[in-house]
Amino acid sequence: MSLIGTLARLEAVESGRARPMATVRHRRLGDRPLVLVPLTTAGEAGAPLGALVGTDRDAPRLLAVAQPRDRDLRFAFLAELAEAVLPYIESYADVIEPAERSETDPGTGKKVKVETELCTDAAQLIVPSRAGIEFVRLLGRSMRFRRTAEDDPDTPYPAPARVPLLGRWLTHYGERARVPGSSLLLAGTDLLNRHWATGQSSLEDQHLGALLAWIDPPAGESGAEAALRAELARDAGGQLLCPPAGPATDPDFDNRLLAPAIEKYDRARTSLAAAEDGLAADARLAELTAAEREIRKLLAGVLRPTWDAVWRGLDLLRELPEGSRVEDRWTRDRWSFTGHRDRVRAGEPPQPRRDDAVTAARKLAARETAQAQLEAQEALDDPLVLAGRRLAGEAFLGEVTAVEMAYSESKRPSPRPLVTVRTAEQPHLGERVKVYRSLDGKPQTAEFAGYGPAEDDPAPALVLRITDRMGRGKEPAPGSVPEPGDVIAWTLFEHDQRGGPQLPDAEETPWTHGGPPGGVAAAERPDPVTTEDLL
Amino acid sequence: MTAVFDPGAAAGLATARILDDTLNGSARGIVVDSPPGAGKSTLVVRAALELAAAGRPLMVVAQTNAQVDDLVVRLAEKDPGLPVGRLHSNDSDPYDKVLDGLANVRKSAKAGDLAGLDVVISTAAKWAHVKNVEPWGHAIVDEAYQMRSDALLAVAGLFERALFVGDPGQLDPFSIVGADQWAGLSYDPSASAVTTLLAHNPELPQHRLPVSWRLPASAAPLVSDAFYPYTPFRSGTDHGDRLLSFGVASDGSAADRVLDEAAESGWGLLELPARHTPRTDPEAVRAVALVVRRLLDRGGAATSERSPDPAPVTADRVAVGTAHRDQAAAVRAALAELGVTGVAVDTANRLQGREFDVTVVLHPLSGRPDATAFHLETGRLCVLASRHRHACIVVCREGVSDLLDEHPSTEPVQLGVTVKFPDGWEANHAVLAHLAEHRVRWGR
Repeated sequence: MSLIGTLARLEAVESGRARPMATVRHRRLGDRPLVLVPLTTAGEAGAPLGALVGTDRDAPRLLAVAQPRDRDLRFAFLAELAEAVLPYIESYADVIEPAERSETDPGTGKKVKVETELCTDAAQLIVPSRAGIEFVRLLGRSMRFRRTAEDDPDTPYPAPARVPLLGRWLTHYGERARVPGSSLLLAGTDLLNRHWATGQSSLEDQHLGALLAWIDPPAGESGAEAALRAELARDAGGQLLCPPAGPATDPDFDNRLLAPAIEKYDRARTSLAAAEDGLAADARLAELTAAEREIRKLLAGVLRPTWDAVWRGLDLLRELPEGSRVEDRWTRDRWSFTGHRDRVRAGEPPQPRRDDAVTAARKLAARETAQAQLEAQEALDDPLVLAGRRLAGEAFLGEVTAVEMAYSESKRPSPRPLVTVRTAEQPHLGERVKVYRSLDGKPQTAEFAGYGPAEDDPAPALVLRITDRMGRGKEPAPGSVPEPGDVIAWTLFEHDQRGGPQLPDAEETPWTHGGPPGGVAAAERPDPVTTEDLL
Repeated sequence: MTAVFDPGAAAGLATARILDDTLNGSARGIVVDSPPGAGKSTLVVRAALELAAAGRPLMVVAQTNAQVDDLVVRLAEKDPGLPVGRLHSNDSDPYDKVLDGLANVRKSAKAGDLAGLDVVISTAAKWAHVKNVEPWGHAIVDEAYQMRSDALLAVAGLFERALFVGDPGQLDPFSIVGADQWAGLSYDPSASAVTTLLAHNPELPQHRLPVSWRLPASAAPLVSDAFYPYTPFRSGTDHGDRLLSFGVASDGSAADRVLDEAAESGWGLLELPARHTPRTDPEAVRAVALVVRRLLDRGGAATSERSPDPAPVTADRVAVGTAHRDQAAAVRAALAELGVTGVAVDTANRLQGREFDVTVVLHPLSGRPDATAFHLETGRLCVLASRHRHACIVVCREGVSDLLDEHPSTEPVQLGVTVKFPDGWEANHAVLAHLAEHRVRWGR
């Protein structure tokens, strides 16, 4: 943890309230995000139990699986989920603006601009916690290889029509969530933890209720007390007042309430199947419906507090103004969204189970670039984040005390002014270390040229040699050289990130990495039907 | 009479086999594992010269610009007439100015300008940008264990066959973002280049250099046992071949006593009272600086097989190693306050591949309340404990062995990933147990 993070946590403990870690919001929050609060069945990997989903905080749609081990019901749930999510996603797919993209011309090998379209906004999914993001990935994985009756009329257990498509979108969102700074799929706890530091451990910070209790405790109560209550307090029936944000449920809920209700539902179903005449069947159907309604009520009861907590978290985050470089990162998210839309429309197969060597390396490189860019952009957007970097010796604020003109030693001397900066901070400078400042939104580079005369000032004087962005002339362009009295924030990290080298195409994977992947024959097949698929 | 181990002969035999495989073998790749100071660079230079002499165009891939420049200089020393190309970046000051004085070294930022030269050397990062050239018949990949798999992917199309040389015990490459989703894949882009290479080509010949010329007889057994338990190595020198002495007698302070202990035994542990501290523990940092200051003040002199006369241990022969950059910065500041200049102070990552007479190490776990995977990493401790020719002094808060016992490794086991032995926990305990025999307490 950074030093400033530790300090903020100590202050939070002392004051009983979370401390801000940011003065602006560093992630995009759309006007109409889709919130999804999923629940899973204990002991059954990938068996959804229920969910609240929707864009209207007052009218969530409840989806429930009365018997999670019944695969027909599970499919019905997924079909309903597709119905709830896909129209929302698709509503963003056709609102477009013209854009340009650079592509490599296969003939000449040169970069050329290509006219294309870009979605003006993208669908945004919010889940309560990081485990929710994992669950979105799992759902995507379990759905995208399914076949519908339309894909293959002979498939023994066809999936409902739009389920594989939802799987592909959820997979895309789950994968995009791994890119630092992206906002397509966000977890409520991650969002809050980025902007506030609490007085509890980072493990406890994964509890949405406890986290909100620290950030916005009820009047007259300290964050620590409220968080403890959120974690432990139970009602007379032994149920948590603040149920876990899922997808896992509380075992006491499972054992005392859910299991008996599901058993009742199973009995009603068996007896309905055994009904001998219409009259008896009617009565038993009513019993079954009542049992199902009971389960839905139970699930709604544990989902609703989390649903409300997510929206409350979003309210708190919306109070912060958006950082100025968030838009830039959101544009990348829009490109990602548009790109996936195009792949789906072009009829490409679902994303493979595993990345090939080249794709994996490309993704890693892109994420590393995104991470470095995110760290730089957050610091440039937010004085509090910059303060953390200054405290870590990775940036410093200093007042310019002198500027001396100097020139490079070459045939056409260029200006290389020496700027003396006084700062009380302790940046980790070494000989010729590069530092950067923002000049009209673009980075200007200087290199550390040594320490200046100490004089009487206790703050040491640093001499920096400006090396670029002064125009082409012999004299620097007006305004491009700092002047005495200017107070400037310099960073030791670059403001922009260079992309990495181009990697070979997958078909040219070298022998060190196993050679090219097996071609069309190895393309992903749908999941084979195994005995475990049959009840 | 038992057979006497002849380090020179053993190392010579290993080298001969490697060169034979490189020049005459049929395998596309050869892997050479080299423990610290086993003559890896010498091997690279020799292999390069022999390949060039056989008329085979060679590209050399190193990891940092400093390593590249160092190799160019060594090649020019061995064979001043050899045409060498130094491929460099477009940045300002892309290479060491020493290279300008070498007649047969051509420097360029474009691979095309260097075509036809016997040997072309650059960093992996620069090679990755080279496109549309005729592939080289041979390549030497230096520090291959510190190269990431994705970096190899970017350059492997440039050569047909390659010699991979590196130290498996040093720090693994890392990525600044999580790469767990690819863990267990043979081509995990965050793994080391050698891991991927061997996963896809298990039949490749693997060699090992058996003798460390750097580590003294007092250090080789510990480093070998703790970090290379299944591939042991020996030191090239024997007890008594290397001596460290001081012109000024001890003043009885803890710093002086630990220096004497280290001069005597090759190891010294300066133990501060147990305490949880910030990373830049001011007391420990001061203790490190003081030990360095006393080492220089007392006129350290080193006798070794290189010269019969004692050579003075000057500031450039001393290094301070830390785990974090802010710790290195704090030590640098403390040294400056004591008027010491010229001592290399850096993190384990940046000290990799370097050699000194005496090292002073701030223990990665000193003063910590927890032991994270970063601080437990085997390679980190291995780098810090294997940079010295004479003696290594570790400065540490008391209680690290308790800390270790409270924090067993809890990293999840990933399917398909070869578990590395020994783990950092085990290696840390082994080193601590040995250091405990050379303990001097601070302030007593």
